[in-house]
Amino acid sequence: MSKELMKGNEAIGEAAIRAGCKLFFGYPITPSTEIVEYLSKHLPKAGGTVLQGEDEVASINMCYGAATTGARVMTASSSPGFSLKQEGMSYLAAAELPVVVVNVNRTGPGLGGLGPSQSDYFQCTKGGGHGGYRQIVLAPSKGQELYDFTMEAFDLADKYRTPVVILSDGFLGQMMEPVELKKRPKAELPAKDWAVGGCKGRAKRKVASYSLTNEIGEVNNLHWEAKFAEMKDSLQRWESFHAEDAEYLIVGYGTCGRIAKSVVLKARKQGFKVGLIRPITLWPFPEEAFANLDGVKGILTVELNFGQMVEDVKLAVECRTPVYFHNRLGGMLPSENEILRKLGQVFDLAVEV
Amino acid sequence: MQRVFGRPKGLTELPFHYCPGCTHGVIHRLIGEVLEELDIIGDTIGVAPVGCAGFSLDFFACDFVGAAHGRAQAVATGIKRALPDKVVFTYQGDGDIAAIGTAHAIHVAARGEKITSIMVNNAVFGMTGGQMAPTTIGGQITTTSPYGRDCALVGTPIDMPKTVATLNGAVYVAACSVDTPKNIIQTKKCLKKAFQVQQAGLGYALVSILSTCPTNWGLSPADSLKWLQENMLPVYEMGELKVTEEVKAL
Ligand SMILES: Cc1ncc(C[n+]2csc(CCOP(=O)(O)OP(=O)(O)O)c2C)c(N)n1
Ligand code: SF4
Repeated sequence: MSKELMKGNEAIGEAAIRAGCKLFFGYPITPSTEIVEYLSKHLPKAGGTVLQGEDEVASINMCYGAATTGARVMTASSSPGFSLKQEGMSYLAAAELPVVVVNVNRTGPGLGGLGPSQSDYFQCTKGGGHGGYRQIVLAPSKGQELYDFTMEAFDLADKYRTPVVILSDGFLGQMMEPVELKKRPKAELPAKDWAVGGCKGRAKRKVASYSLTNEIGEVNNLHWEAKFAEMKDSLQRWESFHAEDAEYLIVGYGTCGRIAKSVVLKARKQGFKVGLIRPITLWPFPEEAFANLDGVKGILTVELNFGQMVEDVKLAVECRTPVYFHNRLGGMLPSENEILRKLGQVFDLAVEV
Repeated sequence: MQRVFGRPKGLTELPFHYCPGCTHGVIHRLIGEVLEELDIIGDTIGVAPVGCAGFSLDFFACDFVGAAHGRAQAVATGIKRALPDKVVFTYQGDGDIAAIGTAHAIHVAARGEKITSIMVNNAVFGMTGGQMAPTTIGGQITTTSPYGRDCALVGTPIDMPKTVATLNGAVYVAACSVDTPKNIIQTKKCLKKAFQVQQAGLGYALVSILSTCPTNWGLSPADSLKWLQENMLPVYEMGELKVTEEVKAL
């Protein structure tokens, strides 16, 4: 199968088209803009529609409308724009609508900068909008995964009737890498017998997110809780790299996970048993990856923020082994040697850098 | 016995929950009749806002989607772009369309989105208890303008249909009222036209309708109609504010 050299953002656009995305609503923001540009060029040729909304609030609500008809639909943005989508995300979760939302994380808070960052982890995984909901969050670490995960996100969204977030960053989105344009085997998905489209020949349908009766409100919330629990049980995913016999584990996702792989190899070369856990689903967080910590003397979590995923790592580890944290901020990336040095420091290992 | 008057087929059997004397009910009925007469109930998707009109999704016999406050027109855009052959309409209050949803209201019109919007203007935020709306009349007392709306401080009322009429994508804009039988008949004509414009794929259509809120105005239903006539009719220009040549040729 052919490989193409593409920007990460373009890989997302191409995967969306091939996954049957029919509508894209967006508003430009660096470093996500190539997604709306790519789709503006290619989606109409594939029989779809791209509409540039007046802002991110409009775009996510256009997605909401299109999703109620059962069509596959996507939007993409970067941090400040993703913030504006939070109102809509909460409504999507409540109305149980499948929409794929890409967040090419830039730095923050505020307008921030354009470099790679992981500062939106809390916002994506803990429910950035109101009301307490969960959504699937996938964290790619290279071009191929941006492509594969985007395709899969549409299936997951349809299967669970839920928004799915692809959390990328400015580094992954802008870098060019070879991407194999794989076809996915068609997943068995439930029929969209809830979608609106005119009630001719059937009973009227409604799609909405509200109930002003407390009793019904509780029933709805229990339904969502059960659904979140099912997703938590069945969806946890991560990559283990030399983790089986590891005495020291690095935990990092996306760009950090990618850098940490080289660190593991460097450390192994020097005889230190270092391994990597790279979370792929950020929600549900892969707690199962930390079920067995026999022989693990400590964990170093590496992130591009003030410390967000480290809280989930600590919850999963439940004090069974010490957890340390290393970060870079504002668009800077940690070098391999810098992480190696930190490993040596916190675990008292005589590493050479 | 032969039935000579009943609910139009465009409405479900559910009794309205609107306050006594509130003209939301009259407007619902008119739309229900139009849906039936144009024979589009089975092809129509309505979008409900937040506000008193938010429960309209139960009252119309067609498919319905509940949107967030102010977002009905963005949601309708998404539906129409996904299903261009269906009839899509929004039913919104003045707070929804002229306050929180202003950006969307301007841009659906600018894009000439092929949807129909109905704006129910009762000069207050009804559902939340009668606060000031952008459509509140100068001097009008509301819970957030307890000394009367001071236009020097908070601006003058927005005449939304007039504003929307300036945009090229809006091909039909009408400003109506349901205070008298004559005006009710006229409103229905405009509503029908607004749906026909969409069926013909001509562009965006808006019908704004002056309506009462006896509960929040603190007036009887009859006095509410009088208040509307004395206070709202002089401020808001009535009539078909914009009818493009294509619409005239319909
Ligand atoms: C984001 C958001 N802000 C505020 C509210 C509270 N709210 C509910 S209805 C409403 C005003 C509705 O007024 P209008 O659109 O004029 O409709 P009416 O009730 O008069 O029919 C407000 C402010 C809300 N639901 N969501
Ligand atoms: S609060 Fe006002 S607008 Fe709402 S139903 Fe009652 S009278 Fe009508």
